Amino acid sequence: MTIIQFLLVGAALFSFGLYGVITRRNAVLVLASVELMLAAVNINLVTFDVVLQDALHAGQMFSLFIIALAAAEVGIGIAIVLMIFRNRQSADVDELDLMKG
Amino acid sequence: MIRFGTLMHQLVLAAEDTGHAAEDGHHAIEPGITSGALVEWAWLIVIVPLVAAFVIAFFGKKLPFKGWEIAFGSIAFVGVYGTVLFLLNATQGIVYEGTVAIADIGDFHLEWGWMVDGLSIMMYFLVGVVGTLVFMYALGYMKGDVRFTWFFVSFSLFAGGMLVLVSSPNLIQLIVGWELVGVASYLLIGHYWEDYANVDAANKAFMVNKVADAALFMGAIIMAVSVGSFSFNHILEVVVHGENGALSQWAFWAGLLIFIGAMGKSAQFPLHVWLPDAMAGPTPVSALMHAATMVTAGVYLLGRLFPFYLDVDGLFAGDVRNIIIVIGGLTLFLTGFIAIVQDDIKKVLAYSTVSQLGYMVAAMGAGAYTAGLFHLFTHAFFKALLFLGAGSVIHAVHSNNMSDMGGLRKKMPITFWTFILGTLALVGIFPFAGFFSKDEILASIKYAGGHGQDVANFILILGIAGAFITALYMTRAVALTFFGEYKGKAHPHESPKSMAYPLIGLAFFAVTAGWVNMPGIYTGFTDWLATRVPLTGIGDHHAESFDWALIVIVTPLALLAIAIGWWMYGKDKDTQAERDTFRIPVLWPLLENKYYIDDFYMSGIVRPIMGPLARVVLWIDMNIVDGVVNGVGALMKVFSKGVATVDTNVVDGVFNATGAGTGASGSALRRSFTGRVQQYAAFSFVGVIVIAVLFIIF
Repeated sequence: MTIIQFLLVGAALFSFGLYGVITRRNAVLVLASVELMLAAVNINLVTFDVVLQDALHAGQMFSLFIIALAAAEVGIGIAIVLMIFRNRQSADVDELDLMKG
Repeated sequence: MIRFGTLMHQLVLAAEDTGHAAEDGHHAIEPGITSGALVEWAWLIVIVPLVAAFVIAFFGKKLPFKGWEIAFGSIAFVGVYGTVLFLLNATQGIVYEGTVAIADIGDFHLEWGWMVDGLSIMMYFLVGVVGTLVFMYALGYMKGDVRFTWFFVSFSLFAGGMLVLVSSPNLIQLIVGWELVGVASYLLIGHYWEDYANVDAANKAFMVNKVADAALFMGAIIMAVSVGSFSFNHILEVVVHGENGALSQWAFWAGLLIFIGAMGKSAQFPLHVWLPDAMAGPTPVSALMHAATMVTAGVYLLGRLFPFYLDVDGLFAGDVRNIIIVIGGLTLFLTGFIAIVQDDIKKVLAYSTVSQLGYMVAAMGAGAYTAGLFHLFTHAFFKALLFLGAGSVIHAVHSNNMSDMGGLRKKMPITFWTFILGTLALVGIFPFAGFFSKDEILASIKYAGGHGQDVANFILILGIAGAFITALYMTRAVALTFFGEYKGKAHPHESPKSMAYPLIGLAFFAVTAGWVNMPGIYTGFTDWLATRVPLTGIGDHHAESFDWALIVIVTPLALLAIAIGWWMYGKDKDTQAERDTFRIPVLWPLLENKYYIDDFYMSGIVRPIMGPLARVVLWIDMNIVDGVVNGVGALMKVFSKGVATVDTNVVDGVFNATGAGTGASGSALRRSFTGRVQQYAAFSFVGVIVIAVLFIIF
């Protein structure tokens, strides 16, 4: 078994995530897509950790960090989205263009 | 950093070693107090009046007594502290020098310090006690004055400056105090500056003092360069050990120049001209200036450097002493004469002060440290008393002139009796203060003459004649002021209590101050003044017993003068007319014009210098200074035109272009900011891709 399959899975997941982030209009789905991208990175980290046989398992440690970070990020992200929805009765990302130059 | 130098101990020890060799080594008190909180905190004596001056300047007007209470409190503090030190010095002896390092310039250490020894303590006591009484008096005297608060600012500064001077352990700080006193006296003499004559008097005092100060600076520099230190202890250490080549080479000039400085402050002939004019100030100023402050500074400085002038080994400024005694003798004789013809009561007292200062200086010149300072001590009390009494009279009759007074004996009993006591003390009638101090001075001059100095014998005759003159002009002043018939227009009345009590207090001292030094009976004062470093380097002459020969001559002479004065002026029916019958043809005009010294200065020095100098300065100002200023101006104009061109075209161009460029790029770029997060995400992804591709390619 080579690492190529794992890397392909990671790349596919990352691409799906990226596609989702750029195209989805619903902010919740955008957040979900971000989770996909993080998962893809995790797969890459674990893969290389195993392949390179790192004695300290830094890759696995980092993936654990990223999982914790992702959980926190989702918590905050969902809270923000809820507040936006409560204020504007919509979670459409396209309508959130207050920062327009 | 406060340190009590080990130098002090060394000097005390050194002085004890050499003590037995001193000329007539009297037994100095072993200093019982050389450390402790009392002397280490003595710097408060100096600082409190100076701080008070600033506090009054800023907050005085808001207080119930308009700042007087702060001035009085500060000087009373000095009085109490000074009295405590005085009593402790009298019983145990105090020698202390505290210093604070201010600056180190290479090997040169600049220090601020405070001496607490016999000489300084006497001055603290004098300034504090006389000052307290005068400040109390000033409350009543200055009541209703336009610049009441400002008066007390200057007055506190005056006292503070004097305390800086007498506390100084080195020449630099002494000069600082010297100048502080000078500037404060300028402010006080010119207090009523609405009258132009008073401004002239203030300027005159300042200028004459400045002439003397220049000599003092030169003397101090010569002294410091040859010794390598400004410290009195270092200078006197060199003198006591008699071993410094550089100092002994320059000692005559250093001694002479420093004495000229002392002549200015202590109003010695021919630099005395400022002191009578200084009467332009309010009377409390005159009282303090003539008693404890300012004019005593010169005598104090001579006392501080006394071993340098005494010069047992003949290495140092011993020759200057002949000049000192002659100047003192001339001063006491010549200025006393002028007092006889003055109509202004304050001027009578002013010339009297100059004359008495002549006695002190002559004593210093005769090598009598104790006698000179003893007269300074007693004179401070009775002269302050006489000035305050005169002020009380002036306050009542609204005139300085004795031709507007007369017959005030009944109307102002307190003033009259205290004035009489002060007069008797000044004239030197037993047992009042002046008797002891004047007798001691004459005895010391006689002693100096006994060693073969013809000069001193001549000065002794002048001193005896001076005693006669003193009695004459004081009798005249008393007779014209208090006896006969009232000639003025105002309605005189006794002064308020705040003015009467200080008179009584000073009268007490005027009677008793002499009892601290009665030869053969009690000579405590001699020992008090001897608590110094180097202790036995003083070695002055002081009488072991009364000099009966002198007393037999001087006292009858003084009584005779009183009788003559009474005969001439006492009846006072038509005083003015009667006085004119006694005009001696040549002498009186000479005296009334003050020996033409002022005229000589004015037309001989001031105008010849002022006129051409003013013209030269004007020419320089019009042609050279203005030319330079105009040239520089024109040059600057041309230059600035060039700069303006560069500024409008180049500098502005750069800034405008920068601004325009920023604006254009901003409005171009703002279109890309759509506010859509996903678009930004896409852009950044594209950016990442581009960077990745570049990485792969290169």
